Amino acid sequence: MVELLLPKNSKVGKGRHHPAPAGATNVKRFKVYRWDPEGDGNPVWDTYDLDTTTFGPMVLDALIHIKNSVDSTLAFRRSCREGVCGSCSMNIGGRNTLACTHGWEEVPGKEIQISPLPHMAVIKDLVADMTLFYAQYASIEPWLHTSTPEPQGEWRQSEDDRAKLDGLYECILCACCTTSCPSYWWNGEKYLGPATLLQARRWLVDSRDEATGDRLDALEDPFKLYRCHTIMNCAQVCPKGLNPAKAIGEIKEMLVERVV
Amino acid sequence: MALASPGARERPLSPHLLIWRWHVTMAMSIFTRVTGGALYAGIFLLAGWALALVSGKETYDLYMGLLGSFLGKLVLFGFTVAVFLHLAGGLRHLIWDLGKGYAKGEASASAWAAMAFAVVASVAVWVIAAMTGAL
Repeated sequence: MVELLLPKNSKVGKGRHHPAPAGATNVKRFKVYRWDPEGDGNPVWDTYDLDTTTFGPMVLDALIHIKNSVDSTLAFRRSCREGVCGSCSMNIGGRNTLACTHGWEEVPGKEIQISPLPHMAVIKDLVADMTLFYAQYASIEPWLHTSTPEPQGEWRQSEDDRAKLDGLYECILCACCTTSCPSYWWNGEKYLGPATLLQARRWLVDSRDEATGDRLDALEDPFKLYRCHTIMNCAQVCPKGLNPAKAIGEIKEMLVERVV
Repeated sequence: MALASPGARERPLSPHLLIWRWHVTMAMSIFTRVTGGALYAGIFLLAGWALALVSGKETYDLYMGLLGSFLGKLVLFGFTVAVFLHLAGGLRHLIWDLGKGYAKGEASASAWAAMAFAVVASVAVWVIAAMTGAL
């Protein structure tokens, strides 16, 4: 359902200010979304004036610096710090991206605003509840479906058929695209969202998969697939440079092709 | 909304629309929708014109006077923009349905082009109208 404003318990107030250390010359302000499940208040924006000479070039470096040296109560997810695991996806400067591969100098404006992935239930600070997202991914059965007897060795695939998975298999399920999509914001419980649909396309074009018809049947639904209105936020923000909107268009094409 | 455990308080919803830094493609998407709605309302202007026409000279003159007023012209100009913007938005969807124009750069370029077309075409129509004395 379209709700342009946040519910009452989610309105973000003004939080604490952490001044820059004395003598700092290169100061940058980071404005970070905070919510403590054990407190009793609404979320707030905390501001941290950081000496940028004391940490590395990425937004994740700044967050780790805050946690290590300024405010150890800050919660965020991170693991690989090189754009492979998809853990540190968040909204930085109004766009979803990975904190580990996005330089803080790339963020326009005087201050760098950091909040959790948009329109998600917040567990704490920058940590969003991904339960629904993973359940939607699981719903497309993202594994090889076959009915023919298993071959002696491996399921073989030509180089050309393998190339059809390029631009799809690279997805790291960070949810930057899905949580950037206004259709998903308003209909997230019924619309599968760009990441899950890109993955669906990945199995639909796999030459070794033998459940293409069943997979298309499962997607042919006014909400699951057709809530995509080609707003293109998904492709605009994907930190891996993938194009979910195109993958969704290709699924729609497959659905047309099988009846004409 | 999901609760962490019994007794835990309700989780807040993270900020979305109001913190988002828009791309031109998102703007063009909402413009296509809004102009679609505006055209729906605008068709009543045409229907009103037809009704006024069959209701006799007095009603027709009154209706044309309303449309010809400054406010009326403003609404009609908005209607013209809506027609061309929605037309261009529809064409973008047709191109996508042919499987083309999905690349990030292409989609952004076509969004800018659609908006530029709507402005240029609207101004052109009104200039032509002015030159032929239709205003």
